[in-house]
Amino acid sequence: MTLVQYLLLSSALFSLGVYGLLARRNAVMVLLAIELMLNAVNVNLIAFEAWIRDALAIGQVFSIFMITVAAAEVGIGLAIVLLVFRSRETANIDDFNLMKG
Amino acid sequence: MSRFAPLLFRLAEETGEHGDEVHHAVEAGVTSGWAVENVWIMLLLPFVAAFLIVLFGRFDEKWGHRLAVTTTVYMFLHGSWIWYLNITQGVLYEKSIVIAEIGSNWVLEWGWVVDGLSSMMYFVVGTVSMLVFFYAVGYMKGEIRYAGFFAAFSLFAGAMLVLVAAPNLAQLIVGWELVGVASYLLIGHYWEDKTNSSAGMKAFFTNKVADVGLIIGSIMLATAVGSFRISDILTAAEEHAHDLEAVAVVGAILLFFGAMGKSAQFPLHVWLPDAMAGPTPVSALMHAATMVTAGVYLLGRMFPLFEGLAGVEARQWVMWIGAATLLLTGLIALVQRDIKKVLAYSTLSQLGYMVTALGAGAYTAGLFHLFTHAFFKALLFLGAGSAIHAVHSNDMHDMGGLRKFMPRTYATFLVASLALAGIIPLAGYWSKDEILVGINAAEGLPASEFVLWVATVGAFITAFYMTRTVALTFFGQYKGHGHPHEAPAIMTWPLMILGVFSVGVGWVNIPGVYTGFTDWLAVRAHAIVEHHVEGANWIEATEWGVALPGLVAGVLGITIGVIVFGRDEGTQAERDRFRIPVLYPLLENQYYIDDFYLWLVGLIKGPLARAIDWTNSYVIDAVVNGVGVLMAGLGRIVYGGVDQRGIDFAFTAFAGAAGGSGGLLRRLQTGRVQQYAGAFVIGAVLLVIGFTLFR
Repeated sequence: MTLVQYLLLSSALFSLGVYGLLARRNAVMVLLAIELMLNAVNVNLIAFEAWIRDALAIGQVFSIFMITVAAAEVGIGLAIVLLVFRSRETANIDDFNLMKG
Repeated sequence: MSRFAPLLFRLAEETGEHGDEVHHAVEAGVTSGWAVENVWIMLLLPFVAAFLIVLFGRFDEKWGHRLAVTTTVYMFLHGSWIWYLNITQGVLYEKSIVIAEIGSNWVLEWGWVVDGLSSMMYFVVGTVSMLVFFYAVGYMKGEIRYAGFFAAFSLFAGAMLVLVAAPNLAQLIVGWELVGVASYLLIGHYWEDKTNSSAGMKAFFTNKVADVGLIIGSIMLATAVGSFRISDILTAAEEHAHDLEAVAVVGAILLFFGAMGKSAQFPLHVWLPDAMAGPTPVSALMHAATMVTAGVYLLGRMFPLFEGLAGVEARQWVMWIGAATLLLTGLIALVQRDIKKVLAYSTLSQLGYMVTALGAGAYTAGLFHLFTHAFFKALLFLGAGSAIHAVHSNDMHDMGGLRKFMPRTYATFLVASLALAGIIPLAGYWSKDEILVGINAAEGLPASEFVLWVATVGAFITAFYMTRTVALTFFGQYKGHGHPHEAPAIMTWPLMILGVFSVGVGWVNIPGVYTGFTDWLAVRAHAIVEHHVEGANWIEATEWGVALPGLVAGVLGITIGVIVFGRDEGTQAERDRFRIPVLYPLLENQYYIDDFYLWLVGLIKGPLARAIDWTNSYVIDAVVNGVGVLMAGLGRIVYGGVDQRGIDFAFTAFAGAAGGSGGLLRRLQTGRVQQYAGAFVIGAVLLVIGFTLFR
């Protein structure tokens, strides 16, 4: 497998993520789309690390960081969505416009 | 806790082999050993227990007595072991650990002394504490703040040991104040009632007045000698050090002034009767057996100073004030209706005996009375507590006839009363007899014959009021409500054990027969010279010319007491035969001393408050007002010139600009997250295009 194949996979994943982020109306789905984008970046990192044969394995280290941070982010995001759902009884992201200036 | 951790660690470390141990060679022989070298465990445990009780007491009140009683059992075992070592071999050990340095010349030290005097106190505090704590488990059952009570009680036990163990005056003052704090907490245990918290406050403030004397006296003596260590001060006193000679008399009198507060001597005695507001076990342990004897202990500890360098000039005051206390407070005890108040005034009177003895130079006699008194007076208080527990009233006019309902309490109370009255084979006789002999043997003290008379009359009064108390409480008809019943076993067992002590502890010092106590107490670094008549046998040594009047006075007191109160129901006799015109109201109002103090405080308070008010209005306020006016004027100039014309204009301009741009920008804030995300994506794409095209 060449580097290009990995990059294609990751860009496909990232594009799906961007689509989901912009087009989906369900807040949970938006969060999942963000996960998809983060994982696309992980794939990128590891692919490049393998390509340059990094002895320090910095790509893997960073991707583990990112998995951790992503888990935390999803935890917080789901908690927010849950709380908003409780108070508004909807998960439709268009209704969440309290931040309007 | 964390702040003390280094100290605790240091203590644990220093008590190893590296400590700075001070041994004194003494003829009685030096004994050390685990118990003597590790007194710190006994000093520390009660504090740990108090801390843990506060910590766990909120979950389960039972932790209160579990921890406290366990600790006192340990104190009893450790204290008794040291006392046993002292009896069999004589112990003399002193240890000081430096905990802080003040400047280059002064150090604060923490340590302990084990000698005849302090090991006697370890034993007394340990034993009486243990028995009273067991009693308190029964007495305080179901009371409010049960765990808190035991926490403060443990704190007291630890503080008392710190005081007793003190090798230097600084530690002594720390212990002295800590027992004061514990006393305050426990007197005000039922603080919902205003009078109780006021009583705690009164005890604290009265002691504070006296503490000023203690602190100034300590500092005077310490600066003269250059060390807070008691052994250094006493050595300097023995060597007639020049610097110390100049301040010895004043310093000693100031120390005695401190002792007058804690040991409640005459003009400062007013707090002790009010301290009876606390629960009865507190009265028994603190305000009868141990805490109030701290002043006597201080006199005993510093005795070589009083005996030698400070001499008659200081000691005459000690003796006179002791004598005044023993007579005047004994008389008040005659007219009290509250059983605890009777015992409180009796305690004052007995403390007067101890102080008189030390003033007269009778070291062993005064401390021997401390030793015996601790047991029988604790027993009297516990017995009174048992009666109060049954009747639910402190008033003796609500009691009467309890002999039938509470045989154990009655029997033990009777034994203790006889011991206090000084009837011959019981504990009180031997110590009181010895005090009379000691006063008789006093040399060079003015009016010592008169003091001897006072002490003998005091013996009569003591016997008389104790007879009255026993008659009103245990004889005649029951006048209270409900059916009184004997206390549970956990309360009666301490009574019986203390009863055995009240009978027997006097036998350790019978003149001419067996004078063990004198020898045990004499084990200390600084020799004490006593004016004692050595005799081959008891008859010769007892000095019947002095002892017999004392005994006769006691017997006479009981006889007259039985005649007055014994026949009918006591209460009636109280009303009819006992109202001596001028004297009775005088005694009932405690010589109006409390009223005098209130008047005095009022007298000082008014002008003082007015003076402070005047200073406040015309001196401090004038300055404040002047500064205020100045600032206001300055402010007006600044406001008009700089603020309005310069700064405000700039601000208005900036604010207008910010407002305008904000109004434009807020349209972008739609509040829809996905629009923001879309903007991100567009931005990112534009960046990628830009970097690709123009790199």
